[in-house]
Amino acid sequence: MPDPDLSDDPTRRDVLEAGIAVGTVAAFEAGIATVAVVGADAAYAATPHPANPVMLPVRMTINGETRSLSIDTRTTLLDALREHLGLTGTKKGCDQGQCGACTVLVNGMRILSCLTFAGMHEGDTITTIEGLGEPGRLHPMQAAFVEHDGFQCGYCTPGQICSAVGMLKEHELGWPSHATANVAERKLALSDPEIRERMSGNLCRCAAYPNILAAIKDAGGIA
Amino acid sequence: MKPFSYERATDVQGAFRAIAVRPDAKFIAGGTNLIDLMKMGIESPTHLVDVNHLPLAKIEDADGGFLRIGALVRNSELAGDRRVRERYPVLSEALLAGASGQLRNKATTGGNLLQRTRCFYFYNAGMPCNKREPGSGCSALQGLNRIHAILGASPECIAVHPSDMAVALTALGAQVETLSATGEVRQIPMTEFHRLPGTTPQVETVLRPGELITAVILPPPPPGGQAYRKVRDRASYAFALISVAVAGNQIALGGVAHKPWRAIKAEEALKSGASPAAAADAELAAAHGYGGNDYKIPLTRRMIVRTMAQTKETARG
Repeated sequence: MPDPDLSDDPTRRDVLEAGIAVGTVAAFEAGIATVAVVGADAAYAATPHPANPVMLPVRMTINGETRSLSIDTRTTLLDALREHLGLTGTKKGCDQGQCGACTVLVNGMRILSCLTFAGMHEGDTITTIEGLGEPGRLHPMQAAFVEHDGFQCGYCTPGQICSAVGMLKEHELGWPSHATANVAERKLALSDPEIRERMSGNLCRCAAYPNILAAIKDAGGIA
Repeated sequence: MKPFSYERATDVQGAFRAIAVRPDAKFIAGGTNLIDLMKMGIESPTHLVDVNHLPLAKIEDADGGFLRIGALVRNSELAGDRRVRERYPVLSEALLAGASGQLRNKATTGGNLLQRTRCFYFYNAGMPCNKREPGSGCSALQGLNRIHAILGASPECIAVHPSDMAVALTALGAQVETLSATGEVRQIPMTEFHRLPGTTPQVETVLRPGELITAVILPPPPPGGQAYRKVRDRASYAFALISVAVAGNQIALGGVAHKPWRAIKAEEALKSGASPAAAADAELAAAHGYGGNDYKIPLTRRMIVRTMAQTKETARG
């Protein structure tokens, strides 16, 4: 373990750079700074990264229950759900916003839980796959995925299902998609290409796409 | 990821105070790009000021037929807005051509403008990159450069700006409204908001330290049709190789430069009666390929011609 006291010792370099950074702030306050990035290194040295994790209290309603956590600011919502709250239904695929496996509903809208910090969700209402339904009381979308075999390995499935529920809501809001020929059109039918486009943020490595599409159409009451 | 402290700003002045005392702090809104970069160690703020709760999330009609889009309006909401879809369909189309539903629900108007490039070498901390580490060199010049710039690049950097939305805003002649801690409000034309790389590719916009984007303002739509076309490696959920936004006689290109590229030379050629193909040639006379991206020059030419034709088809009235 590095000694925190030792790392707080200002070096000559830190002191010099801190001086530069103070000058930068003064110039900015006077409104005369004209460049966008002023001595980034100096600025970092002026106020170093905290030596220890910074903890943040956060309270969220998760699947209908109020949960309070004290959490490292670096914790993503995904890791908070899986590692701190034991809700391992939400899956970590790429952890960089490319696969959709970590999709959850926040205040009713689908988002990627890997690209948001848990501490930013104070007061939010979060629904994960566990909150949609569980064995014995499946959400219609979960039941439809089972009925239509909308998976093989199942790893992308919680994200697919949360995403599909969010997608249907977006369609209800009247939002168009990239597959919409005329975005000004008021009546938007959910054709197969529309559903495929709207679900394109959820990858399925087993390529169960035809059955996922069938499940969504079934649960969504789409002919 | 290195530890950082965090605070939630509830009013604009509070956000400025938080930034002013911490020059290394960063504003965070949707976070879909910043958090990714923080995970990779490319961005490493010591303090985050969460601006999501500032009152900047409305789309409002303004005098003179202008539309004012708050900086915190989510990409999905903007794309779905009735006024945008009817008066600025090119903007709606561009937004919907970008990212995925989940990302658009989080990404904001202001944050979209401040996306960093998707250049492989910018993202790879093990390789030289003048944007990430000024003076270290540009790996893309001699490396994998099929996604890189053909216009306005410099020997220091050939990266491109990744936004679709910004290309449509550039064609529409939008202005970026900013606010500084001193209370100064600036309205910066989209064409001047982003910078070419020159010798300082790490400086991507004309934003000053601590300056906050508060809105994007759209002028009344120009007469004529609008269209956005995008070529990418797969049919959905990928960054543009090339994109073209046309609004009336105004043209902007994406995937070709360090900034959304307003095709002024093509527009001027069209004004003097040139055909779309000749106008595209006028714009691309200065284009330069680096090997892997040579294909972008003829592709951009064809895309300009095709998008202009599409615009004529969709023109109303």
